[in-house]
Amino acid sequence: MDDIKIRTDHLNLYYGRTHALKNVSVKIRAQAVTALIGPSGCGKSTFLKTLNRMNDLSGNVRIEGGVYLDGKDIYAPGVDVAKLRRKVGMVFQEPNPFPMSIYDNVAYGPRVHGIKDHGTLEKIVEESLRGASIWDEVKGRLRKSALGLSGGQKQRLCIARAMAVEPEVLLMDEPTSALDPASTVKVEELMKELKKKYTVVVVTHNMQQAARVSDDTFFFLMGEAVETGSTYSLFSKPRDRRTFDYINGRFG
Amino acid sequence: MQYISAERYGNSYRNAEKKRYRDRSRAELVETVAETVFTFCAFCSVLAVASITLYMVVNGTPAVFRVGLKDILFSSTWKPVAKEPSFGIFYVVLSSIAGTAMAVILGVPVALLTAVFLAEVAPKKLAATVGAAVELLAGIPSVIYGMIGMMVLNPVMYRLEQRIFARTPGHQFTGGANLLSAALVLAVMIMPTVISISETAIRAVPAHLRASSYALGASRVQTIFRVVLPAAKPGIATAVVLGVGRALGEAMAVSLVSGGSVNVPLPFRSVRFLTTALVSEMGYAGGLHRQVLFTVGLVLFVFIMLINLSLNRILKERERQDD
Repeated sequence: MDDIKIRTDHLNLYYGRTHALKNVSVKIRAQAVTALIGPSGCGKSTFLKTLNRMNDLSGNVRIEGGVYLDGKDIYAPGVDVAKLRRKVGMVFQEPNPFPMSIYDNVAYGPRVHGIKDHGTLEKIVEESLRGASIWDEVKGRLRKSALGLSGGQKQRLCIARAMAVEPEVLLMDEPTSALDPASTVKVEELMKELKKKYTVVVVTHNMQQAARVSDDTFFFLMGEAVETGSTYSLFSKPRDRRTFDYINGRFG
Repeated sequence: MQYISAERYGNSYRNAEKKRYRDRSRAELVETVAETVFTFCAFCSVLAVASITLYMVVNGTPAVFRVGLKDILFSSTWKPVAKEPSFGIFYVVLSSIAGTAMAVILGVPVALLTAVFLAEVAPKKLAATVGAAVELLAGIPSVIYGMIGMMVLNPVMYRLEQRIFARTPGHQFTGGANLLSAALVLAVMIMPTVISISETAIRAVPAHLRASSYALGASRVQTIFRVVLPAAKPGIATAVVLGVGRALGEAMAVSLVSGGSVNVPLPFRSVRFLTTALVSEMGYAGGLHRQVLFTVGLVLFVFIMLINLSLNRILKERERQDD
């Protein structure tokens, strides 16, 4: 039996009066890629954001039920959100490096967590950039602005930035939707590489991408996790009619 | 084609055609007139700037030739009405620079933190209230700042001065009308400009940069100081430069609180700025003295022009970064 990294238990989320997540109870395996698919507005991104409490930032959100990381409820009172987000990193849809040098982008996380030693920082930066398969492209211009990189490079830099705080889980919110096909391939290869070390959860609009990169797939519809399971079985023999319709392009 | 139809439909067609032509030519006329008016209006400001520049140069340079540039700029003795007059404005220039610098050092941090408060921290209602207060501050006439400075700030300064220099023989007491008072008043006066432009710049920082910072486990304060403010740097630089321009050009408030003697610019000395020299002396000056005052005006003018040039450079830099 595989290790369960994250478990949610009857998770409900409300934005004001909108019931955005309904009774979501799922298990996310460690060292695997889990894909969240479903039509726009189905709650998959919202669900992703509950896993590192990014929903806390938008007011007017109410959450019931539990999210357990390594068996501990991350919504329990007294949980240090900064520490949680260090463990559960996130990569966003738009490649969004900070307007500073490539080096400072990657060093940002370690620095806010108090690492000041130059040697240590340099080591972390190199390891993270290597981990995100972008080291060879940027090693000669670490002190140049990150805004000069291409879209795909920016996204891999953002992945390196997230890796620099040594998270255990990486959340990716449609990481390739703003990228061209060639860059998409690179980021997808990277995801497969990342799961050796991390638990990866990726939201994607693209079902082929889910099929290519993920081990497990959760299908969301109207805030419900309709079907969850191994990617292979979900795509080859969906148990739910709605899943079948969605993956065959009947809606979405 | 049109010719044939014209024949077939006769006069009525021809009249309609004529009317259409008339309408079109009227519309064209309106266009032309409007364009001319716009161009003329635009030309007015260009003309004003050009003629002011010309006037300052023409009137500011004769004294330079009569007294000598070095003797004006780098001599520190200002005795324009003595028997053997001396026209050194070194201390005056230095006072303007020192007063402006002190105002910026005192005012910008407060203004910047106010902008952060308004854009990042304050709940909407409170931000609206404070923002309205800031706008009002910008609208208060400078002579009012000067009056309040004179009635409230100067006495406080005097008490401070008495305490600090109680055992310093030879200190020339100023009654509180000194460089520090001027700098404080200027600091308050530049705040509205710096606050509102910085606030706009901070608000323009994209939300996803903040989200990324939070997602890395950074706190709110860390996010503000390490991501938001650096990202807003070009806008903040613009705000500071405009503040410098305002402080350097202010005459009325400064003349009421700064004492007005020509002195080395030290916090508790009575000082004369470029602007206050003009305000206080232009009324009675004649001959060479008057000409030198025009040179003083020219120096001020050059300073302001330099500030505007640097502002242009900052804005261009920002454009290049956006690309």
